[in-house]
Amino acid sequence: MEVTLRIKRYNPDSDVKPHFEEYAVNVEPTDRVLDALNEIKWHHDGTLTYRRSCAHGVCGSDAMRINGRNRLACKILMRELGKKITLEPLIGFKVIKDLVVDMDQFFASYKSVKPYLIAEDAPSAGERLQSPEDRERYDDTTKCILCAACTTACPITWTSEEFVGPAAIVNAHRFIFDSRDQGTADRLRILNTRSGVWRCRTIFNCTDACPRGIEVTRAIEQVKRALLYEQI
Amino acid sequence: MAYHRFDAVIVGAGGAGLMAAIQLAGKANIAVVSKLYPPRSHTGAAQGGISAALGNTEEDHWQWHMFDTVKGGDYLVDQDAAAVLSREAIDAVLELEHMGLPFNRTPEGRIDQRRFGGHTRNYGEGPVRRACFAADRTGHMIIQTLYQQGIKHNVNFFDEHHMLDILFTEDGQCCGVVTLEIKTGEIHTIHAKAVLIASGGFGRVFKITSNAMAGTGDGVALPYRRGVPLMDMEFYQFHPTGIYKLGILLSEAARGEGGILRNGNGEAFAERYAPTLKDLAPRDMVSRFIYQEVKEGRGVEGKDYVHLDLTHLSPEVIDAKLPDITDFARTYLGVEPKTELVPIQPTAHYAMGGLPTDVEGRVIRDPQSTVIPGFYSAGEAACVSVHGANRLGTNSLVDLVVFGRRAGRHMLQFISEATLPPLPRDPEFTARGELANLLERTNGENVADIRREMQAVMMDKVSVVRESQGLREARESISQLRQAYRHVAIDDHGTQFNTDLLEAHELGCMLDCAEAIVEGALAREESRGAHYRDDFQKRDDANWLAHTLIYKSSGGLRMEKKPVTITEFEPKERKY
Ligand SMILES: Cc1cc2nc3c(=O)[nH]c(=O)nc-3n(C[C@H](O)[C@H](O)[C@H](O)COP(=O)(O)OP(=O)(O)OC[C@H]3O[C@@H](n4cnc5c(N)ncnc54)[C@H](O)[C@@H]3O)c2cc1C
Ligand code: FES
Repeated sequence: MEVTLRIKRYNPDSDVKPHFEEYAVNVEPTDRVLDALNEIKWHHDGTLTYRRSCAHGVCGSDAMRINGRNRLACKILMRELGKKITLEPLIGFKVIKDLVVDMDQFFASYKSVKPYLIAEDAPSAGERLQSPEDRERYDDTTKCILCAACTTACPITWTSEEFVGPAAIVNAHRFIFDSRDQGTADRLRILNTRSGVWRCRTIFNCTDACPRGIEVTRAIEQVKRALLYEQI
Repeated sequence: MAYHRFDAVIVGAGGAGLMAAIQLAGKANIAVVSKLYPPRSHTGAAQGGISAALGNTEEDHWQWHMFDTVKGGDYLVDQDAAAVLSREAIDAVLELEHMGLPFNRTPEGRIDQRRFGGHTRNYGEGPVRRACFAADRTGHMIIQTLYQQGIKHNVNFFDEHHMLDILFTEDGQCCGVVTLEIKTGEIHTIHAKAVLIASGGFGRVFKITSNAMAGTGDGVALPYRRGVPLMDMEFYQFHPTGIYKLGILLSEAARGEGGILRNGNGEAFAERYAPTLKDLAPRDMVSRFIYQEVKEGRGVEGKDYVHLDLTHLSPEVIDAKLPDITDFARTYLGVEPKTELVPIQPTAHYAMGGLPTDVEGRVIRDPQSTVIPGFYSAGEAACVSVHGANRLGTNSLVDLVVFGRRAGRHMLQFISEATLPPLPRDPEFTARGELANLLERTNGENVADIRREMQAVMMDKVSVVRESQGLREARESISQLRQAYRHVAIDDHGTQFNTDLLEAHELGCMLDCAEAIVEGALAREESRGAHYRDDFQKRDDANWLAHTLIYKSSGGLRMEKKPVTITEFEPKERKY
């Protein structure tokens, strides 16, 4: 089928501001948006720029706004989108070129919540034990692929640079609710600030945007409750 | 131009590169260069598991793991290396757990384990539960955990830096790399006492592949151009269960949990070929079973695919243990695996060959295993060789952590004793020349067309089943494509984030890999593991119980044989 892709373009070498360009391409209904982008890049306009790698929704490279919603270009098929498709870079971060945004701030926020196991007591021989039930408590948030779809879907992050954003909270949650971790007090202190969880207004955009199906808003709520009631 | 000086530079931030980096972090001044943000590395796509004879759910021993590895590799495995792999796997997996990796757990709270192809108890008696796993996203958990540790240890990451060249002194020491900072287009020279290549595989050489688009073999091709040999390039693994036409992997864990392959008649055909292990026979064999079924007209609807049947598994098992891959089937095929059969075909998956190394990760230059000072490699880019002619499922992730760790530790020792070698004159000369060529030409061949042609030829003539005539044709085609490549022109002549330019550079690397694969496949006149020659259907230990080393020089290609190290298990016929 023939579809039209309206793509927001920006070339830092020559453009002052972004503009839209349209491309008519022939695609299969089962093609990914990424396939259509590749088709354009490989056969129509090699200057079109986007990130990609795994092409099946696990590496987090190609989050972008597709018809106004944050999606992975490799995880959404043409048949779900109609004949006219608008592609834009994620909102809230500086655009480097076309659909590529600067991720520095995103990774800085992520790093600020100490996203690593803090457990200083050396385990004895063998593994640290953890019951399947305890493992289950943080299962959902281990799925994060750091694609930034949630963080850049959140209206709060568009206006407030300090807000750590949903993705960072998800990654803090992953450790706060891990029975092996001893850094909870530290992480909760970091998140118990104006730039932390209290900025969240429970808008649910993040949950809608997550390509991994993580219940992001719920995770944020659990962290808030941990702060309010001091229970993990 | 930017110049940096480090004790060591690691190229690649997948499982192997990060595991090495963690050994060095805080103890030496190191840089980790990666063309992708580290968590986007292809290790994150690994699904099924990482093997270690923990014996958490049933009796197991590392010697059994070693035997399976050797037999799985059709006796081309270096057995001293296989012993290291199997023995150290146990401790390495526990180390991952200590770093926080969220493995699935047994009711007692220990790391859960499951079955995987070719892994057996008591030297081949029957399947054993050896694969430690985190649902079907084990690789995701590994890459996340190791990246987290990298952050914890303040590793100096050069994110989105693309290696363009590797540098050696006149007397052959490795002394650094040249990279392109993708965002700015600036060229950097990173001068170091030691370099580790952990840049992953090159599945993108083939049309149907499970590999990420970044899997273009850059780290293998660039040293090869500078005279470093590649080992066993003819051994490329096709995984039996890729999603039809797309190649996206459906992990062997699906069969480990009880999934069955069925042909067009609905018959579970694997047991006809491998009565003991059936669907869990090693990958090279199962891929050939499928090839045979299709060839004899028993593909589904007479086409070139068969079915993976999960419909008899309990929905709870599917949700708890195979959530991602069943999601792939829903997303990309619109098929519900709980009730419907999933169309699959073999997909190009894993490079057994690569940069030859010893068990410390040191790259060697000849059949006598002479070490190239300061040059290390680990992971899929390297060939230790623990996988021989065919890698067992779960053994790559083990390879990454075991040999990534060993390489890191050895580098630490090496750099404490070595002095910084001098850089060659004008270190960026080659890289700059190459980029200038690509950037200045405005009219010429199209990168995508050459790439598509290469992928089609490799899939058609150099995949699951090969023979002399087809390989010769492939050699001719690749040679023509290499000619065409010298005249490619790209659209993007800008400096910042020029992925058009990078794709062109990557294509050059893939063509080098393709050429080496074809050359190895032509030379090896026998069938062993993943390398199957229709015109030489038997394994030939008298002539070919040997690794191949291929060298590239201005005079053309040259091949040498390198003996296989056999310590415990004499080669036998491989039956399952
Ligand atoms: C879908 C899939 C599932 C798999 N499942 C399993 C499994 O269950 N068990 C198992 O054992 N194995 C599995 N494998 C195999 C295993 O995942 C890979 O072999 C392994 O992850 C490779 O790791 P690596 O560290 O060598 O490289 P990668 O993880 O591929 O990382 C390569 C790194 O090199 C960098 N790089 C590459 N080129 C350049 C350059 N020019 N400049 C700078 N940086 C560069 C990349 O950015 C990246 O950081 C699977 C593979 C696939 C494709
Ligand atoms: S390309 Fe990896 S998530 Fe889309």
